[in-house]
Amino acid sequence: MRYIGRRLLHGLLLLVGVSVLSFVFAELAPGDYFSELRADPRVSAEAVAALRTQYGLDRPLPVRYAAWVASVLRGDFGYSLAYNSPVGPLLWGRVRATLLLTGTATFLAWLLALPLGIWNATARGTWFDSVSKVVLSFLLAIPDLLWAIVFLMLAVETGWFPAGGMVSPGPERVEDVAWHLVLPVAVLVLGMLPTLVRHVRASMAEAIDSPFALSARAQGIPRQRLLFRHLLPAAANPLISLFGFSLGTLLSASLLVEVVMGWPGLGPLFLEAIMARDFALVLAVVMLSASLLVVGNLLADILLYRMDPRIRMQ
Amino acid sequence: MTRRTKIAAALVFLGILHGLAIFAGFLAPYPYAEQHREFPYAPPTRIDLSRLQFLVHGRLFGVREPGVVFLLGSDAYGRDVFSRLLYGGRVSLLTGLLAAFLSLGLGLALGTAAGFYGGWLDRLLMRGGELVMALPWLYLLLGVRAFLPLHITTVQAFFLLIAIIGGVGWVRPARLIRGVVLSARERGFVLAARGFGASDAYLIRRHILPLTLGVVLTQATVLIPQYILAEVALSFLGLGVSEPVPSWGNMLAEAQQYHALVAHGWMLAPGLAIIPVLLGYLLLADTLLEKGVRRIFRGGKCV
Repeated sequence: MRYIGRRLLHGLLLLVGVSVLSFVFAELAPGDYFSELRADPRVSAEAVAALRTQYGLDRPLPVRYAAWVASVLRGDFGYSLAYNSPVGPLLWGRVRATLLLTGTATFLAWLLALPLGIWNATARGTWFDSVSKVVLSFLLAIPDLLWAIVFLMLAVETGWFPAGGMVSPGPERVEDVAWHLVLPVAVLVLGMLPTLVRHVRASMAEAIDSPFALSARAQGIPRQRLLFRHLLPAAANPLISLFGFSLGTLLSASLLVEVVMGWPGLGPLFLEAIMARDFALVLAVVMLSASLLVVGNLLADILLYRMDPRIRMQ
Repeated sequence: MTRRTKIAAALVFLGILHGLAIFAGFLAPYPYAEQHREFPYAPPTRIDLSRLQFLVHGRLFGVREPGVVFLLGSDAYGRDVFSRLLYGGRVSLLTGLLAAFLSLGLGLALGTAAGFYGGWLDRLLMRGGELVMALPWLYLLLGVRAFLPLHITTVQAFFLLIAIIGGVGWVRPARLIRGVVLSARERGFVLAARGFGASDAYLIRRHILPLTLGVVLTQATVLIPQYILAEVALSFLGLGVSEPVPSWGNMLAEAQQYHALVAHGWMLAPGLAIIPVLLGYLLLADTLLEKGVRRIFRGGKCV
């Protein structure tokens, strides 16, 4: 438990660090939400200054940071000038959509990658392995962005799948959302799969070549049982680390896919916020993406703690 | 194939691809911004060798004036997609190379300093690095971009992209290089040289930096394609290089529009052009990362 507590504290400190750094960076950056107004000759300099005072942009940095922390604790995450509302309510629906997309994609990608990787590791040196190596390399070289556009093209041309969005007009139904989920998830899975399969193959190959695997086989443990009961747990450690590590890539890929396919997640909101120079919203999305990554890494840590007695003994 | 031929093959392949982009001015039949308004979304031209002229107007090929040659079709303004693809490759590939150069330079300087001197400098750099790595990389890039001016010239945007992509990318190489330096610092010949009174600068230059070469090379092959993709993503999202200067990213942004999706498949060309580039770098990285090489290059525990 102390181990998990320490990881939790570490994650929290990271988030605090990221928020402080973002504030300092925003302070150094030229311009703010009202900069565009200032260039407009019809708006007087006094009016802009008054607006800045009204929204508290002229206060010193520590005061603003303290106000922001207080608003985070209230669940508001600051005040969006572009939407003219607290940021919090804008975020929750978006986070839900992003989590739905990335969660499903991660689950499916691992579900496919584990058997494929194990199969590859047992079939080393055969033609199947060589073919799958080449295919994986090609898949690895195809950018997510291209998959997203190609799939969108297919959706538009065939009409088999909805071309973007998360729900059809009308009341929200589960099967409708699932239908909209197919293409974006497919893009993310295709993007992740080659990396995952390669890693599963590598760490399983190491486990298969280890002396204990040889002795277990000599003792007549059946193949299936040997692979899944003995070798997979032995190969799991780097894979669990990879799970935490790959989340960052997944969230990044998801941002692009969301924008291309019109999935109402954090990505499009982030882009709108940047274009509108709405720093409160930008900051909130940055913090949220960092939190998702930190929580994902924490999950990986906990899983590692459960799986590996060596860590528990430290 | 031996490892040496594999590396040579990958280098030649990448050299050709980069050469295509570098010599865009000669290979492309049209300047990147030349519009043929009477041919919007023209499909790829059927090649008629008898009408094709070679080496005209300082370009490799072209056709007589009223005619046009669009090897990969044309876009909404009747601009030649093939020409824009070559010129766009210049922007995208150069961004990748320069940004990788920047981040490896930073990583080398900071990683070596952290590993060699240790102490508070090491802790500061590594903790700072953790902060940078706490964000998904695209969110990080966009977050940094968000605080910088939106409306800037193309040249400014180009250098801004390089600065952002390279500037936030130093963490991973710095960590790896720090690891190499940490183990190199304690090796016999380094300790001996120190005992003879060698200065820090001499030790780093003569003994430590050569040992980091392997990590730097493998990191370069991993980072360059990643940074090319970063440029493509940012320009695609409208936060990078902007029209009329082509980059593979802003060209793909056009392919995403509805009418392009339905009927103008050739607009996908820039997306497809990325694939061979990534494949080349992938082959190079895989070959460099093979076990034997890794052991030779790792410094520390080998022999």
